[in-house]
Amino acid sequence: MSEKQKKASAYWKENVRYLFILLAIWFLVSFGAGILFKESLDTIKIGGFKLGFWFAQQGSIYVFVILIFVYVRLMNKLDKKYGYDE
Amino acid sequence: MTVQTWTYILVGLTFALYIGIAIWSRAGSTKDFYVAGGGVSPLANGMATAADWMSAASFISMAGIISFAGYDGSVYLMGWTGGYVLLALLLAPYLRKFGKFTVPDFIGDRYYSKTARIVAVICALIVSFTYVAGQMRGVGVVFSRFLQVDINTGVIIGMIIVLFYAVLGGMKGITYTQVAQYCVLIFAFMVPAIFISIQMTGNPIPQLGMGATLNDGSGTFLLDKLDGLSTELGFNEYTNGSKSVTDIFAITLALMVGTAGLPHVIVRFFTVKKVKDARKSAGLALLLIAILYTTAPAVSVFAKTNLINTVSNEEYSNMPVWFKNWEETGLLSFEDKNDDGKIQYVADISKNELTIDNDIMVLANPEIADLPAWVIALVAAGGLAAALSTAAGLLLVISASVSHDLVKKVFKPNISDKAELWVARGAATVAVVIAGYFGINPPGFVAAVVALAFGLAAASFFPAIVLGIFYKKMNKEGAISGMVVGIVLMLFYMTKFKFGWFGGGTPEDWWFGISPEGFGSIAMIANFIVAIIVLQFTPEPPTDVQEIVENIRIPSGAGEATGH
Repeated sequence: MSEKQKKASAYWKENVRYLFILLAIWFLVSFGAGILFKESLDTIKIGGFKLGFWFAQQGSIYVFVILIFVYVRLMNKLDKKYGYDE
Repeated sequence: MTVQTWTYILVGLTFALYIGIAIWSRAGSTKDFYVAGGGVSPLANGMATAADWMSAASFISMAGIISFAGYDGSVYLMGWTGGYVLLALLLAPYLRKFGKFTVPDFIGDRYYSKTARIVAVICALIVSFTYVAGQMRGVGVVFSRFLQVDINTGVIIGMIIVLFYAVLGGMKGITYTQVAQYCVLIFAFMVPAIFISIQMTGNPIPQLGMGATLNDGSGTFLLDKLDGLSTELGFNEYTNGSKSVTDIFAITLALMVGTAGLPHVIVRFFTVKKVKDARKSAGLALLLIAILYTTAPAVSVFAKTNLINTVSNEEYSNMPVWFKNWEETGLLSFEDKNDDGKIQYVADISKNELTIDNDIMVLANPEIADLPAWVIALVAAGGLAAALSTAAGLLLVISASVSHDLVKKVFKPNISDKAELWVARGAATVAVVIAGYFGINPPGFVAAVVALAFGLAAASFFPAIVLGIFYKKMNKEGAISGMVVGIVLMLFYMTKFKFGWFGGGTPEDWWFGISPEGFGSIAMIANFIVAIIVLQFTPEPPTDVQEIVENIRIPSGAGEATGH
């Protein structure tokens, strides 16, 4: 494997690792907190919101937005590390 | 000034603005026409994507649906925003690096097969046509309610406007009008929401007002109040749904994956300069969409509470003017079943006397809350902006599928750029006329087919694209059989349980307790499994295709989008 290919596959591995972590959070806040664990979370109340309901109609969406911007930052750094930025 | 005068002024001004932008940004080449020249800034693309995505359904219907569905309505909120995470992380950057004009371009090249390209074109056309018919209908409805013109005249006015800037400007014209349309629609959605939030809870931020205490000095939380009112009338608690956990899970997943697989959304990411911009632009798009999507559930709560307080057990003769106005449109109806002159709005169908259309909740909300005339007119302009921007984006996908994917790539490869541009314009014109026809004569199955469109996108495009990027060895045999199995399975399930074909069936017969709306997630999984199994028995893709895959994984050197 050439130097160039090695670099590319190392970059790809790190990229996929980021995706796994971010998508795990994506799954937890929506399918987890908003659906599967909704009922138990609903016993906790923050202000007028039951927590599970809040995740389903508000919280998950905020986390989605944050996730994409975290991804943008991580990838920009990764691009720089491997010299793929332009 | 009356509501009607304000509506004429605001709608007239916004239309003049869209036409002005269209003339300023007309397309000179196919590249301008398909991908706006490839030089759109991430912010402009984010705004355009947001306007493209938020249709008449998001603007007019969603808050109303949630009003009546309560927690069950969360599937739309999570489904239609969570898909952007998949889009940003799994699709957009790589498709931008790939650097072609359309989704079938990717499928056709990655799977080195004309069959794959044609399957993709057919899916893109089905998805886009069903959507666009709904949008034209939305335009007609807004016109008829606020400007008292006939629905059909409304559709025709809408057709002319869209025709003008989609045909003249292509993606370039559409992108910049969508930027303007985003501003109009978000302003129109937020102003009434903020007013009502202050009225009901004293908190100017609707997202917080939803969880705050009522303004009436009782110290009760708004959501507790609504839960109480709902159970009193025999409905489910607002914050608890009636659908099963499995079904909620499946529908949310199908909508998320369907969103990520919709061609008119994906194609927007071909318009930015670099891979880096595609990622950032997806984040901005979701941020701009989230403003509306986190406000909508608050609007639902305000509107539902307001409605129950205004009508429940009140004398019919004491109803405010808006009640009578909306009765005339047929979207609200009252039948005094027990002849007591009062309105009984209850869960028990035999006793319930009030029928309410979902759409009223957003459209009549400003009137119910007694807001000034210009705010009511603003909602009309916003609804039109939402419907027109989505219609234009879809028309572009249709015209590109025909002129680029079929005419240039399949039938007439040596067509000149100029001729292709004219074919694209012709295809867009024909598409507008067909969409207008369906807007005027809506087939009864529109609603069912829109849900099918999400299922189709989830069952076909999403797995094929994801495997194309993340599974280098995936070959054409695997991808094509996966797509075909996914689509056929989805079509079978939808027609069986929606139209009663193949023996029909009731909700008790649903597979795994999953409704047709949620079945896209099962069909998607079937697509993945079939593709991977077929791959084991068929030859590897050629090395040059594997090199394409290696190349799209690296962000640098994206260059400009090309059609060659």
